[in-house]
Parts: sequence; structure tokens; C-alpha cells
Amino acid sequence: MMIPPQVTALAWVQMSGPSSPLLKALHIAPPLGSPQPLYSVGGVALLYGVQHAPLVYLALRAGLMNVPRDGMEAARLSGASALRTFRDIVLPLALPGMIAGAAIAFVSCIGNFGIPAILGIPASIYTLSTLVFTKFAAFTDRTFGEVALLSGVIALISVAGLAVQERALGGRDYRILGQSGAAACLPVGRWRFVFLPVLAILLFFMLVAPFLALLAGALVPAYGVPLTVKTLSFHAFEEVLLRQAITRTAFANSLFLAAVTAIGLLVLSVLAGYMLTRRRDAASRMVASLIEIPYALPGIVVAVAFILVFAAPLPVFNVTLYGTIWIILVAYFASFFAVSLKPVVSAYRQLDPALEEAARLAGAGFFTRLKDILVPLVAPAAGASVILVFLIACNELTVSALLWSAGTQTLGVVIYNLDDSGGSDLASALSVLVVLMVVAMMLLLEAMAKHLPKGAVPWRS
Amino acid sequence: MAKLILNNVSKDFGTGQPAVSRVSLDVREGGFLALLGPSGCGKTTVLRMIAGFEAPSDGAIFLGERLLADPAQSLPPERRNMAMVFQSYALWPHMSVADNVGYPLKVRGVSKEVYRRRIVEALDTVRLADLADRRPADLSGGQRQRVALARCLVTQPDVVLLDEPLANLDRHLRQEMEETFREFHIRSGATMIYVTHDQSEAMALATDIAVMSRGELLQVAPPQEIYACPEGRLVGSLIGRGAILSLAVPAAMLRKLDWGAIRALLGAAAPDGGVLADVLVRPEDVRLGGEGAAARVRSSLYEGERYSVTLDLADGQILRAFSRERPMPGDTMSVTITSAWRL
Repeated sequence: MMIPPQVTALAWVQMSGPSSPLLKALHIAPPLGSPQPLYSVGGVALLYGVQHAPLVYLALRAGLMNVPRDGMEAARLSGASALRTFRDIVLPLALPGMIAGAAIAFVSCIGNFGIPAILGIPASIYTLSTLVFTKFAAFTDRTFGEVALLSGVIALISVAGLAVQERALGGRDYRILGQSGAAACLPVGRWRFVFLPVLAILLFFMLVAPFLALLAGALVPAYGVPLTVKTLSFHAFEEVLLRQAITRTAFANSLFLAAVTAIGLLVLSVLAGYMLTRRRDAASRMVASLIEIPYALPGIVVAVAFILVFAAPLPVFNVTLYGTIWIILVAYFASFFAVSLKPVVSAYRQLDPALEEAARLAGAGFFTRLKDILVPLVAPAAGASVILVFLIACNELTVSALLWSAGTQTLGVVIYNLDDSGGSDLASALSVLVVLMVVAMMLLLEAMAKHLPKGAVPWRS
Repeated sequence: MAKLILNNVSKDFGTGQPAVSRVSLDVREGGFLALLGPSGCGKTTVLRMIAGFEAPSDGAIFLGERLLADPAQSLPPERRNMAMVFQSYALWPHMSVADNVGYPLKVRGVSKEVYRRRIVEALDTVRLADLADRRPADLSGGQRQRVALARCLVTQPDVVLLDEPLANLDRHLRQEMEETFREFHIRSGATMIYVTHDQSEAMALATDIAVMSRGELLQVAPPQEIYACPEGRLVGSLIGRGAILSLAVPAAMLRKLDWGAIRALLGAAAPDGGVLADVLVRPEDVRLGGEGAAARVRSSLYEGERYSVTLDLADGQILRAFSRERPMPGDTMSVTITSAWRL
């Protein structure tokens, strides 16, 4: 579920269309010459949905976990049927999570680059983000002006989307009291026999099939060759792992950027989240709105802004950030702050203020309270935010597509460039490695999970 | 430890009506003050201002000579040396019972040995010593309450604040906890301020009761005095279950009225020049039977130890009384009012 969008797109392309190695191997490929169905607006939209389903799921799950069992039981005893309880109690309590998830997905789609770059550009279907990219690729005198304008449009749409979310969430204070109640369990009952197969089919098409297609794409010697036992080769893996220095650089770059971003943002989020939820004076309101600005800006806008600002050397230090890895790092901080902040803010919102007040009366100053009370209590959310940021940053393409230069390629950039230049077998091989890396990290976390506070790993309870 | 003084304290949240207006209060050292009033009367806001969670918009709060808060400055709660039992108990779910109780000590940086000893002492006082390693989530309501109280015990706070601490407990546990609070007060000698809407709780625990309504302080007095001599109609109706009669009492008359005076006033159907005054009659001061004024039984309610009777006087005013026997509604009987209080 943490698979980067360009990899998802690549996998789906390999899974469908006339030259899919997987379909060919199974002898169900459409005839040659028939159009690739995903190279269309519908295809882009479908993959947006596939890509962002986990984001919405995580946000929604966080919301649902807050529904106390006694609240549901009270509703049942008030005479509400199971369905009615769901509508009247569970849904309103989970609503902040749902709206937050929808907003993240919307803003994320607006700024998404990987999917429309792989599916849209070959079919001359441009989204705002890929248009910015192509303008940069064909650099002219007017480029700066044009991309600034396009980025402005993207920013406006995103801000509008977030304004809707702010309005919907405004004035709702769903802090649940400090008493730890049991989390609710919804019995699905006989509906299980309907839900389970549907879920299994969905999961198969969202996870297993694309990965198999990707694997098939990586194992054929060249694009379009059908995969049989005879044609099977590990040539592409050898190439990306052993011969190409660039892919190893990309691994190192991406891991470094992701680690520094995730840890740096964790510290910032814990502090900023506190300010946003607790202090109500004018200064913190201003800070709050300042932090909201990078949240509203999709990665592509941030990247354009950073190019415009840092293209020239910094005035005082006379250092040029542009072209170094540091501009990517700074841009990551700006664009993933939102991802990092949201879970932490949600956690702060749901803390009973009395828990902190009790610590104040116990004599604890701000930093003592932060260390002893607040951080342990928001730790699950903060843990989730670190993992999210790390995995997203590790596989990021949108920002680095504009900011990379020789030696600072990220994994996303290398995969896209390989696919763009016709090396879809190499791109697939690298993608398979990325997927394996993501899965390995998730397994590692899974193994650590029992030593972490409850809820720290986002996909576990 | 010193006297806690509230001087003309007001709090306005900007809602148009002040939450607390011009409250002046002296809590003597070692006193146990109950802030009593219906919900929404501003008593919790007063408590939060004393704790330092809210700053007063007018007036000042002192602890002895030390200024705690006025509109210009406010000492942060962590430097006030107070402790509080919250209505939701506010136990930290990620710490064990012992760590919850010991946290104020940990913040003060005491030695390991003192830390351990004081926790054991505090938990012994609330009889929870064998639950020290549990998590708050594994405890019952009463046990959580006692942990919260033990957390107040470990340090020697100048003032202990209690915000409706018994609101979430059953009646049996309440009585037990009341006993624990009283013990705690005697043992620690701390000044205690107890917010409640339950007057029997306030009467049983406090050395002084402050009655609040709509943000204003109506009266401060010891429980016996506030029961016997309430000031004004509002306090009279809030405290106890008295009936308030409208009688033409001459202004020169003593406030405490005996049967002779009341009998004459009951007879005087029309006020002769005097203004009608409110007179509080407690049900225990009403005798049924014998010589007296005629009254008709409106209803009688069995309460276990006795019947609670509502009576209509001849002029239609309502009186409350207690009775050992069961009076039948509709019966006419004579009543004697041994004592009454002009509000």
C-alpha cells in the first residue's frame, strides 16, 4: 500500500493492454494494435483511486478506532438498529477522519505526477502537474512565467479543496475523555460471506495482479516479448543491481532523504501540533495558518517555488542550493509537513486537556510535560506519521522530477527515466526491487510492532 | 500554607454574559470550602482560575501575601504548588498506578528512595497498595478516583482542588470516598476547595460552603449556618427542602420567628401596610396534629425513614412537612410551625 504511484502505474500498464507480458503468458492478451486502455483520462482516474485508497483507509480507520464501544452500546439500547447506530453514532464520530482522508486524497491527486506522467504523457493527456513538467523539459524564455502561472492554478484548486475540509471540520471538538474505553468491534455477522470475497477480489486486483505483471515485465528480455520459460531472464535485475551505478546512487539518495525528512518532521510536528491545538492566542493562530500553506501546496507547486527561489545563489552565503541534494531535502520538508502533521494534530485533538492540566499542577514545566505526558500519548500517531513520511519520501517522484540533477537522482526519477526512454524491463526490475524494499521495511516494522505502543504501525491495531 | 483570597474576581469569556462576576472569597488556611451551585453557575471556572488554567479578566487571587493572578499576570499552574482531582480523574493511561501517583515527585526531582516510600505511603492511605503496577485502564471508577487522590497526597500542596470528584461514582462508593476525603483533609491539613452540585456532599464534608448562582457568589457560611440562616430567596430555595411562605412580616420583627409570631401572621389575611416578606419554613419545623392552623394534605411520599408531606394552607400557600404516619391526600389536619426564618 506504500507502493509509489509511478510503480503502480507501470505495473498496471504491464498488467493490461496488448503487450502485457503477463497477459501474453496467460494467452489472454488483446490483439496487437488494440489501444492500451489505461492511456486515457479514465485510466488515470482509476489509478488515482487505487493509489490513494490506503490514505483514505488509514485516516478513516484512525477515526473509527476512536468510536467508544459504550457509545455504540448506548445507541443500541436507545432503540437504534445496527445500521442506525452506524449512521447516527459511528459515522459522525468517524467523520473527521473521513473528511481528512478525502481531503488528503484530493490534494494528493491534484499534485500527483507519477500516474499521469506514465499513463497520460504517451497519450498526450496532460494534467496540470505533467504540463508543468513538460514545460520545464522544453525550456524557453517564457517557461518561468508559464510554470509559475500553472502552479498558481494548482495551488488555488488545492486551497479550495482544503477550505471545504476546514469548513466541514470547523467547530467540531470530538475529544474523547481520558478514561480509556474499549475500542468498538462491529460484528459483521453473515454479511462476512459477502464482504470477504469482494475484499479478496479487490485486493487481488490492487496488489497481487499488478505485482505479478511487474515481475513478468522485469523478467522478459525486451518490451513486447512474451514471457515463457525459454525467454525468462534475469538480465534486467543484473543490469539495475550490478552494472548501473545510477540505480545504486538513487537508492542511497532516496534512503538518506527519506530518513532525514521523516525524523526532522517528527520533531517539528510534535511541537507544531501542540501549538495548533492548545494555544489560542493571535501569534499561534498566525503560525497555524503559515503551516497550513505548505499543506495546501502539492509537491509540484513546492518544487516550482523552490526552483524560482533557489535558481540563483543565496544572497548572503553565496551558496547555490539548486542542483544539490539539499534543495530536494528542503522541498521534502515543505511538502511532507502536512502528511507528518495531520496524524499528530488528530492525536492532540483527542487528548483530554485535563491530562495535561494534571501534569501542570504536578509541577511539570512545558518541556517536562512534553517528554512525560504529551509525547508518550501522541506516540502512536507520531509513529504512524514517521513511517508514512519515510515511505512516501523514499518513493517520491513529483518534487524530485523537477529538482534532480546528475548525481542527485532519486528512485522515482530513475524509474521514470528508464520507462520514458523505452527501458520498461529495467524500469520494471527496479520497481520490483522498490516494492520488495517497501515490503521488507513493512515486515521489519511488523516485527517491531509488539514493542511499539498500540497503533504506532498504521496498518496494525 | 496560607490563606487563599479571591478579590473581586471576574471572568468573561466574551460570550456577553460573564461566567463569573465579582466573586470575593477568603478561604482560611486548612479550611475545606465547598463551592456549591447548579451546573453552569461558574463554580468550575472559579476553580480553574484558582488552579491557574484560566486568568481572571478582573480582580486578583492571592495565596497569603503572594499574588497568584490578576488580569495583567498569572503564575503558571506548575508553580502554584496545588493539586487537583479532576472529574475525569485525568490519569495518564501510559503510566502505571505508581507512576501516576509519583509523577509530581518525579518532576520535583526527589531521590529514588523517597520517591518509592512516598508512593507506598500515598497508596496505603487510599488502600490501593496492591494495585501499584496496574494501568489506570484496568481499574474501576472508584479505584481511579483514589489514584487521583493519592496523586494529590504525595506532595504537600498548599491547596487541593476537587472538581466534582464524586460525580461519576455510585452512592455506596460516594460515602466511602467522602470518608476518605475527610480523613485526607484532617491528615494533610491542606486547604481544600471542592466543587459540587450535591448539597448533602457539601454539607457532610465542608467547613464552609459558598453558594453560587449565575456567576455570582450568594453566601459563604459554615454548613449549619447556611442551612439555618440562608441569605435571600435563592439560597433559601437552593439549600435544603424548605417551603417559602409569603407573609406580611413587620420590618422591626426578628428574623427568626416562633410559632406565636407565625400564627399571628398566618391569621393576618391582608398585609396591613407592611410589605410581603419571604419566610423559609423547614419541613422538620412543621408539627402535624394538635392545636394549630388548618391545612389540607396535597400529597405524601414514602421515603423510607418517613413520609414527606406537601400541604396546602388555608390561603393556598404550600408547606412541606415530615410524618411518621401516612397522611392520606385530601385529609385536613392542623399544623404548628415551631420555627421559621425570614429570608
